[in-house]
Amino acid sequence: MAIDSLPESSMPITRPFGQRFGFLYSSPIIATASICLALVVASAILAPWLAPHDPLQLAPALRLKPASAEFPLGTDAYGRDVLSRILYGGRVSLLIGLGAAIVSIAIGLVVGLLSGFFKWLDAIIMRLMDGLMAIPSILLAIAVVSLSGASLTTVLIAITIPEIPRVARLVRSVVLTAREEPYVEAAISVGSSLPKIMMRHLLPNTVAPLIVQGTYIAASAILTEAILSFLGAGISPETPTWGNIMAEGRTLFQIKPSLIFWPGVLLSIAILSVNLIGDAARDALDPRMKQREGSR
Amino acid sequence: MLGYLIRRILAAIPVMGVVALVVFLLLRLTPGDPAAILAGDNASPEQLARIRASLGLNEPLYAQFFTWIGKLLHGDLGVSLISQVPVLQMISQRIEPTLSVAISTIILSIIVAVPLGMIAAWKHGTWIDRFVMGLSVIGFSVPVFVIGYVLIQVFAIDLRWFPVQGFRTMSRGFGPFFERLVLPTLTLSFIYIALIARMTRAAMLDVLGEDYVRTARAKGITESRVLLRHALRNAAVPVITVIGTGFALLISGVVVTESVFNLPGIGRLTVDAVLARDYPVIQGMILLTSGIYVAVNLLIDVAYTLLDPRIRY
Repeated sequence: MAIDSLPESSMPITRPFGQRFGFLYSSPIIATASICLALVVASAILAPWLAPHDPLQLAPALRLKPASAEFPLGTDAYGRDVLSRILYGGRVSLLIGLGAAIVSIAIGLVVGLLSGFFKWLDAIIMRLMDGLMAIPSILLAIAVVSLSGASLTTVLIAITIPEIPRVARLVRSVVLTAREEPYVEAAISVGSSLPKIMMRHLLPNTVAPLIVQGTYIAASAILTEAILSFLGAGISPETPTWGNIMAEGRTLFQIKPSLIFWPGVLLSIAILSVNLIGDAARDALDPRMKQREGSR
Repeated sequence: MLGYLIRRILAAIPVMGVVALVVFLLLRLTPGDPAAILAGDNASPEQLARIRASLGLNEPLYAQFFTWIGKLLHGDLGVSLISQVPVLQMISQRIEPTLSVAISTIILSIIVAVPLGMIAAWKHGTWIDRFVMGLSVIGFSVPVFVIGYVLIQVFAIDLRWFPVQGFRTMSRGFGPFFERLVLPTLTLSFIYIALIARMTRAAMLDVLGEDYVRTARAKGITESRVLLRHALRNAAVPVITVIGTGFALLISGVVVTESVFNLPGIGRLTVDAVLARDYPVIQGMILLTSGIYVAVNLLIDVAYTLLDPRIRY
């Protein structure tokens, strides 16, 4: 067999950094998405310096003021500055997105590796995962939050649990394919220890699909947090989050639509950017996944 | 076929068992006294004792589980802590708005998304394709409630074509029922259309490269016949699968849509239950929606065998 006809999976996985992340400026749309996301992240991190007012400062005398030089987006029903609240609100959303992606990947990776490697465990774990996947994620999150009270940690846990089965299944499918490969067979036959086989031969195969999956999880976690806050089942209402600001705007929609409009726009831009970057990352890092497009 | 059906139904039992176990353990494993969590902060000792007795909290965990499962299998989903009405009755009283929106959403989404996906695949790489795919990414990214409020602003407040919020039962006339259903259906359809169009495009792209499509074209069959009879039929299985798995998305969407449009459905019931910390209702909703999800996907698995004669079990 000629070298260039080797199966795809035996091609080297490591590529130089620049080549790997070159996709971020590969097309105008992706470049725009990356810049938008960078701006949203920067505005959230720099919120204490950018925000003109304290997002928690109540000023009953200044209720529902229209946009002005002092309050660029006006004030809400408690006289708080809407722009400052939106800037701070991004912090919670992005933190939850990042946190949910990291935690669910960490747990799902372990579960998936074990499930893919031990046949006897596989049956049990996969039934558990099937059951978890059958529960609509919003309802599961609502149940967790309503039982243990709303805090950043419980909301994060509530959003992470439904994502774990997706990661575990993905890792399992990668491991199931990889363990049939000659190099894994070779590693077993020369007596490599199990942890070594997992860490050196199986784990690297999961990196590319997990980066892609991680971006999708981040996008869906940001969305779920906003929905939970919007429904009143999220982080306590005085904390500025995009969902909380919009939840407040619900009753005031006809008087002050900007309470829903601006956080909604930022939220959509953030999620859209993350999704687009995820799609580009999939095409760049894992060409094999392209065939399964739409199956996420 | 019958053997497959029985095996497939049997396989759904452990899934529902896990769902029940998760729901059961959620309450018991939450730190703190389950009775105190359910009763809230201002509960009297008598109330606590009553809840403790109704949950059987004085018995060992496994006994509690089996008693609870036994009740479930007899259709007893428990009683609301607030209104003392059986949960099943509460749900059945509020199912009509939810079913109306869900069914009209599924119908609209399929009617719109399948042709969109087909055209995108057929015109692969052109601006039409990019437009459809762009629309699909946006559909995934814009939250349901943002879409809902934009539609309310444009079509209900500015143009005054439809009422802003509310619901009328069908028994009070089709007109008022229908006009209150249009905006919620459009809202909820967005994400479902995105999902189905994406999948239809991917499945059609796979199929359009097949030899039998080339042969059909070579025989001089009209393009529409090639697309509908030869391509779409073979692309149907993944599309129908995604309609089934997207059902979970639909349920989440219903909860939000009902809040935006003030529809008195089971989604609204769930949100009210969260605000009142009425856990039996939430628990009932999880069991019911998961059950529906499992049943829908079971039906779809069975539908494969009818759709695709190559799939034999």
